[in-house]
Amino acid sequence: MEIDILQQIIIPIIKILFIVHLLIIGVMAMIWSERRVSGWMQDRLGPNRVGPQGLLQPIADGIKFLFKEDLIPNHVDKPLYVLAPAMLLVPAMIAIAVVPFGSSITIAGIEIPLQIADINIGILYILAITSLGVYGVVIGAWASNNKYSLLGGLRSSAQMISYELTLGLAIIGVLMLSESLSLRKIAIDQGANPWEWNFLIHFPAFLAFTTAMFAETNRLPFDLAEAEQELVAGYHTEYSSMKFAIFFMAEYMNMIVGSAVVVTLFLGGWHFFGLEAVGGPFWSGVISFAIFFAKTGIFLFVFIWVRWTLPRFRYDQLMNFGWKFLLPVALTSIVVTGTLYIATNGNRLWIGIGNVVAAFIVVAIVAGMLAMDNNSKSTVQSTPAAAPLRGLDAVE
Amino acid sequence: MNAEMILFFIFGAVALIGAIAVISFRHPIYSALSLIVTFFAQAGLFVLLGAHFVAAVQVIVYAGAIMVLFLFVIMLLNLGTLSAKGALTGKLKGVAIVLGILLAVQGIYIAVKAGNNTALESAQASTEPVTTYKIGELLFKDYLLPFEVTSLILLAALIGVIVLVKRDKQIEN
Amino acid sequence: MSLEYYLVLSALLFTIGVIGVLIRRNAIIIFMCIELMLNAANLAFVAISRDLGQVEGQLFVFFVMAVAAAEVAIGLAIIVSVFKHRETINVDEVNSLKG
Repeated sequence: MEIDILQQIIIPIIKILFIVHLLIIGVMAMIWSERRVSGWMQDRLGPNRVGPQGLLQPIADGIKFLFKEDLIPNHVDKPLYVLAPAMLLVPAMIAIAVVPFGSSITIAGIEIPLQIADINIGILYILAITSLGVYGVVIGAWASNNKYSLLGGLRSSAQMISYELTLGLAIIGVLMLSESLSLRKIAIDQGANPWEWNFLIHFPAFLAFTTAMFAETNRLPFDLAEAEQELVAGYHTEYSSMKFAIFFMAEYMNMIVGSAVVVTLFLGGWHFFGLEAVGGPFWSGVISFAIFFAKTGIFLFVFIWVRWTLPRFRYDQLMNFGWKFLLPVALTSIVVTGTLYIATNGNRLWIGIGNVVAAFIVVAIVAGMLAMDNNSKSTVQSTPAAAPLRGLDAVE
Repeated sequence: MNAEMILFFIFGAVALIGAIAVISFRHPIYSALSLIVTFFAQAGLFVLLGAHFVAAVQVIVYAGAIMVLFLFVIMLLNLGTLSAKGALTGKLKGVAIVLGILLAVQGIYIAVKAGNNTALESAQASTEPVTTYKIGELLFKDYLLPFEVTSLILLAALIGVIVLVKRDKQIEN
Repeated sequence: MSLEYYLVLSALLFTIGVIGVLIRRNAIIIFMCIELMLNAANLAFVAISRDLGQVEGQLFVFFVMAVAAAEVAIGLAIIVSVFKHRETINVDEVNSLKG
C-alpha cells in the first residue's frame, strides 16, 4: 500500500515539479542565450552586466516586469484581456507531460520512467494541446480592441490552422513505422545510432515538421502575428508588465516543448551511440536525460540561428509556402512511406531514399506549375491582393 | 460514489454550464469560448468512457480547428456590434423555452428507459479503453466504404467553399 | 456507472442546443448550437458503444465529426458571403430568397 502511494502519487508529483521548474529555468536560460547568441551573431556582446556573463539578466528582467504597473487599458474587453495570457501559457506547459525526457532511472529498487505520463495516444495529445495555443493569441488580440492587435490575431489564426495540417501529416510516416502513438515507443524504436533515427528515414517529413513547428511557435521567419514593422507588436501590443511577460514566457516554452517533441520524434530521443546504456540502472537514466537535454538545447540554438538568418515572409508567401510546398511534401511522405513499407517489407534504407526522391519530384512539379502560372499571369497584369484578407481564402 | 462518478458529475456540470452559457451570452466570442469549454468537458467524458482516441480527435477537430474558424469569422466580420438586436423577446421566447423543457423531459424519459432496458447487457460492457489499433482495423476493413464516402463529403465541401468565395471576387472585379 | 447518466446528460445538452436555435437570431450562434446538438449525439454514441461493448459507436462519432467539419466550412463561407451582401447575419432579416 505504501509503495502504491509512493508510485501513484508522490513520484508523479516530484516529476511534475521537476519538469515545470526545468521549463521555467529553461525559459530564463533561453532569454539569456537568445540575447547572447544574437549578440554573438551580430558581432556585439549582448547583456553582460548583471552577474557573470550577464547570467542574472533574466532575473533582473523578471523583477522589472513584476514591479511595472499592471496597466489595463480602458477600451479592452476586461475578462478576456486578463484571461488571454493564461490561455497561451497553460497549453505550452501541459504539452510537455507526455514527452519522455530520458529512459528510466532506478532509485532504491524502484524503476521510474522519465516521463510524466505515458499515454497510448501521446502524439495526438501533443497535437491537441498545441492546437489550443492559438486561442491565447486570438483572444488576446481581439480583447485588446486595437486594429493592429486584431490584424495580428487574424494572421495568427490563419497561419496556425494552415501549418497545423502539415504538423499532423508529417508525423504519419513516423507513426507508420513505429506502429504506435506513444512517444516513448517511438523514441525506443529508433536505434542507438544516428543513422537509425527517423530524421534520415523521413527526411522531407522532418524538414516539413520542423518548419511547421517554427510557424506554430510564431518565431521568425513566421512571426507575422507580431511583425514589428507592420503591426507595432501584433497581438500583444496592449499588454504590459507581467501579462506581457507571460506571453513572452509562453513563446519560449512553446519553443522548448517543440524542440523536445522534434528530438523525440525524429532525432532519436535519448539515444546517442549507445552512450545512454552505459553505467548502472541509476547512471544510465541520468545520462539518457543529459543526452536528451543536450539535443533539445542544440535544437533550440537552431531556433535562434534561423531567427538571424532568414528574413520574415510576406503574408501571401507564407500561405503559398504552407499550402503549396509543405503540405504536398508531407502528403507525399505518407504515400511513399506506406507504399515502400509494403513493397520492400519495411526496409528503412529504401524508404529513406524514396522519401527524398519523391519530395524532390513534388517540389519540382509545384515549382514548375507556379512558374507557368506566373508567366501566364504576368501578361494579364495581376493586381497585388490585400495582405490580411488573403488569409480568408487560405483558411476556407 | 466512486472516482468515475465524481469525475462524471464534474465534467457533466461543466458541459452543461458551458452549453447554457453558449445560448445566453450576448457576444458571439463569449459564446464560442463557452462552446470550447463544453467540448473540453465532453472530451473528458470520452476519456471516462474509455474512448481515448475519440477524446483526442474531439479536441483536435472541434477545439483546434472548427472553433478557430468560428472565432476567425467572428473577428473578421467584427460581429460584436450587431449581436445586440438579436434574441427573441417576450412571449415567443417563453414559448421556445417551454417547448425546450418539454423536449428535455421527453429526452430524459427516453434516456432513463433506454438505460434500464440495456442494463442487462451492460454486464458485457468493458472498462478496458478501446485501442487506436482496434478503431483503425474496423475503420479500414469493415467500414471502408463509409470512410471513403466521408472523404467525398469533405471534397465536396472544399469545392463548395472555393466556389462560394470565388464568385464574390468576380462580382467585385 | 450506468448508461442512463450519460444519456440524460446527452439529452440535456441536445435540448440546450435546440433552445438556442429557437431563441437566438444570430446565425453564428445558431450554428454553434447545431454543433452542440451534434456533440450531444456523439456523447450518446460513445456511451452506448461502451455499454454494448462494441467499437462501432466510436466510428460513427468520426463520421459525425467529418460531416460537422464539412458543414462548418460551408456554413461559415455562406455566412461570410451573406454578410458581404446584406451587412447582417440576423436570420430574421435574411429571409428573402432573392439576393
